[in-house]
Amino acid sequence: MNGREFDFTEELGELRTLVRQFCEEQSPEDVVRTTMDSEAGFDPALWRRLGTDLGVLGLHVPEAYGGGDAGLVAQAVVVEELGAALVCGPVLGTLALAVPVLCALSREDVKETHLPGLVSGDRVGTIAGPLLQGTFDAAGVTVTAVEADGGWRLNGAVGHVPDGAAADLVLVPARTPAGTALFLVEGAPAQLRRTPLTTLDQTRRQAELELVDCPAVQIADETETAQVCEQAARVAAVLLAAEQVGGAQVMLGRTVEHASGRYQFGVPIGSFQAVKHRCADMLVAVEQARSAAYHGAWSLQDGTDDPALAASMAKAVASDSYVKVAAAAIQLHGGTGFSWEYPAHLYFKRAATDAVVLGSTEQHIDRIAALVLDAAPGR
Amino acid sequence: MTTATATTAETVEELARTVVRERPPATTPTAELMGAWYDAGLAWVHFPRGLGGLEAPRMLQTAANRVLKEAGGPEPRTVNIIGYGIVAGTIVRYAPPELAARLLRPLATGEELWCQLFSEPGAGSDLAGLATRAVRDGDDWVVTGQKVWNSLAHLARWGILLARTDPDVPKHKGLTYFLVDMQSPGVEVRPLRQITGRAQFNEVFLEGVRIPDAMRLGDVGAGWAVSLSTLSDERVGLGDRVPARGAGSIGEALALWAARPDRQTPVLRDRLARLWLRSESHRLTVERAKVAAGHGVFGPEAAITKLVASELNQQVYEFCQELLGLEGTLYESYTSVLEDDDSPTPYQRKFLRSRAATIEGGTSEIQRNIVAERVLRLPADLRNDKNVPWRDVPRS
Repeated sequence: MNGREFDFTEELGELRTLVRQFCEEQSPEDVVRTTMDSEAGFDPALWRRLGTDLGVLGLHVPEAYGGGDAGLVAQAVVVEELGAALVCGPVLGTLALAVPVLCALSREDVKETHLPGLVSGDRVGTIAGPLLQGTFDAAGVTVTAVEADGGWRLNGAVGHVPDGAAADLVLVPARTPAGTALFLVEGAPAQLRRTPLTTLDQTRRQAELELVDCPAVQIADETETAQVCEQAARVAAVLLAAEQVGGAQVMLGRTVEHASGRYQFGVPIGSFQAVKHRCADMLVAVEQARSAAYHGAWSLQDGTDDPALAASMAKAVASDSYVKVAAAAIQLHGGTGFSWEYPAHLYFKRAATDAVVLGSTEQHIDRIAALVLDAAPGR
Repeated sequence: MTTATATTAETVEELARTVVRERPPATTPTAELMGAWYDAGLAWVHFPRGLGGLEAPRMLQTAANRVLKEAGGPEPRTVNIIGYGIVAGTIVRYAPPELAARLLRPLATGEELWCQLFSEPGAGSDLAGLATRAVRDGDDWVVTGQKVWNSLAHLARWGILLARTDPDVPKHKGLTYFLVDMQSPGVEVRPLRQITGRAQFNEVFLEGVRIPDAMRLGDVGAGWAVSLSTLSDERVGLGDRVPARGAGSIGEALALWAARPDRQTPVLRDRLARLWLRSESHRLTVERAKVAAGHGVFGPEAAITKLVASELNQQVYEFCQELLGLEGTLYESYTSVLEDDDSPTPYQRKFLRSRAATIEGGTSEIQRNIVAERVLRLPADLRNDKNVPWRDVPRS
C-alpha cells in the first residue's frame, strides 16, 4: 500500500469503513461503558475478532509473522477508528508498543514465536519499561536482571504499565552487568505480581508490575535494546496520534450536531459567532492533527522524513489538538457536556491521558527544538 | 503528447525548457519572456489553447514554473500579482473569447497590470453591501463611487470592478461585474498611507466614469456570482504558495534566532519551536489539501488555509519583535511616504505589516464564519438585511 504522502487510496477508505462499521455494531457506547466497568477492562472475544476475523491488528507487521504487511499508514487508519469509538482493548500495550518492539528485533525465532499470537488478537502484550516518555530512557530502567541456573531472573517494580494486568507477554528492559537488555516474561508466573490501578481514563487500563526473582528470557542484547525501544516508541507515538485524531474528529462532529439542534433565545446556538468560531477553531485543530499524524505514519513507513522529528511532530500536534477539542466540546455542550451520561467526559479523559502518555507535548516540543533549532546550521 | 488530454508533466517541462532555451531569462526582457511563455500555453496550463493554456491538469503548473525559476526566470505571479492571482481565471470563465484574448496576453507579460476595485469605506466584510453605482446610459455604464484598499491601482491599466446596478433589490442581487480602464476620465487614484508609514494601497475615486457594456462580465445583476469565482481563485492561489519547510516567515524567525545567540532564552526557544511546529502543521495541511484536490476533493483542510496562515504570520513576527527586545522599538523612517517595495524589509516593518494579514482577503472573524457555515454546516448567522432591498438597509 505504499503511495504518495497523503494519498488516501480507495483501499485505505475501505479499511476505514470496515473498522468503523465493526465498531458501530460491536462496540457502541453502551458496550464501551459496560466493558470499562468490567474487571478485565476489555473484551478478549472482541479483540480476537479484530485480530482474526477482520485481520486489522497487524497491518504494520510482515506476513511472515502473521501480519498484513500493509504498512503503518493502514495501521494508523485502524487505530484512528478504534480511537474514534473508544474501543476498550489493548491498543496501547499490544498494538502500539509490544508489536513494534518485537518487529524491530533481530531475532527471527522470537518474532516467529510471539508476533502471530498478538496479531491474531489471541494474546495481549505490553512493555514494562521507560518508554512512556516517548523515548527510551535507559536511566529510567528500574528492573535488574541476574543470571541464574543458565537463565535470567528479574527484580524490580514498574508503574504505569499499559494493559499490564491483562498481558500474556511482558517485555521488560532490565539492567545487566553489561548494560540494559530486553527480556520477555510469558504467562502468569507467581513471581510477576500485578496490581491493577484505577485510571483516569477507564477505557484504558494500567497496572503496577512487581518482579520478584521472575524467570525471563533475554530477547535483545545491550546494544540492540535501546535502538529497538527507540524505534518502537516512535511507531507508538504515531499510532497514538492517529487515535487522537479519531477521538477529536468525533468530538467535533458531536459538538456541531449539538450546536445545530440546541435552541436558546429562539435560535440554534450554532448561529452565534461565539459558538461557531470555537467550532471553526476545533476544525483547524483536527485538520492540523490529521496532517501531522499521517505525515508521521507516512514518514516512518517510507522513510521520507527524520523519524524522530516526524514522530514528535505527530504526537505534539495531536495531543494539543485532542485536548483542546475535547475541552471545547464539553464547554459547547453546556451542562450536558460534563454529565456522566453524555460521552464527552470519556473522550476528555482519553485526551488528557493520551496527551501525557508516550511523551507530553512539552517533551516533544523540546525534542523538536533540539532537532530544528539547536542543531541548525551556522550555529 | 498527441492530444490535449495526454499532456503530462514531461510535456509541460519540455515546453518550458524550450521557452527558456530560446529566450534565456537573464538576457531577455521580462515582457518578451513571459509573452513566449504565454504563447507556449504555459501561463495557465489549465486554460484553453490560444489563451495562455494547454487544457492540461492544473497541477502541472508547478512543474512549468519550476523550470522557469531554475532557469533564472520570475515566479510568474510576481509579474502581475493581481492579474495572475485573481483576474485571469475570471476572465477565462466569463469574458467572450475575443475579449479574453485581447486582455490575457498583456496581463501575462505584465505590460498591463491589474487592480481590484471591490472594497469600499462602507463595505469591507459585508462586501455585497457596497454602494458604488453603475447606471446604464446607451451602450455605456456610468459609474460613481469610492473604492479602497486597492493595491497597484496607481500602476494598473485595468481594474476589476463590482458596482451596484439595482439598489431596489436585496444586496447580492443588484451587483454587476465590470472591467474598467484605469485611464478613463473620472478615475482618480490616491495613495493610502498605512501603519508602516508606507503606501502599499490606494483609494480610488470614480466620478462619472464611462464603461462600455462590452466590458461587463456575466449578466446584469449577476456580479456577486462572478466575484465569488474571483474570490475563490484568491483562496486557491494562497494555498499554492505555501513555502517549503523552514522557509517563508518562519524561516525569517529561524534566521533571526540563529543570528542572535545573545538574545536566546529557553522561553523563546520553546516559543519558536511551537511556531515552527504550527508552520509545519500548516504546510502539511496544505500539502494534504493539494493531494486531495488532485483527486477532485476540496475538503475542510483547504478551507482553513487563509485563517491559519494569517494568524501564524502575525505570531511569527510578534516572536521576532520579542526577540529583538529594545531594538524592536526603533524604526527605519517615517519621514517620507514611500511606496512599498521589495527591498529587504526590517523585521519591525514586517511586524507592523502583519497586522493586516488577519484583515485583508477576509478578516479572521469572517473566515471563521465561513469555515463554520460552509464546512461544518452550522446554522447561518442572524442577518438584518436578508430579503431587504439594498436601499432600505441601514448603513453607517
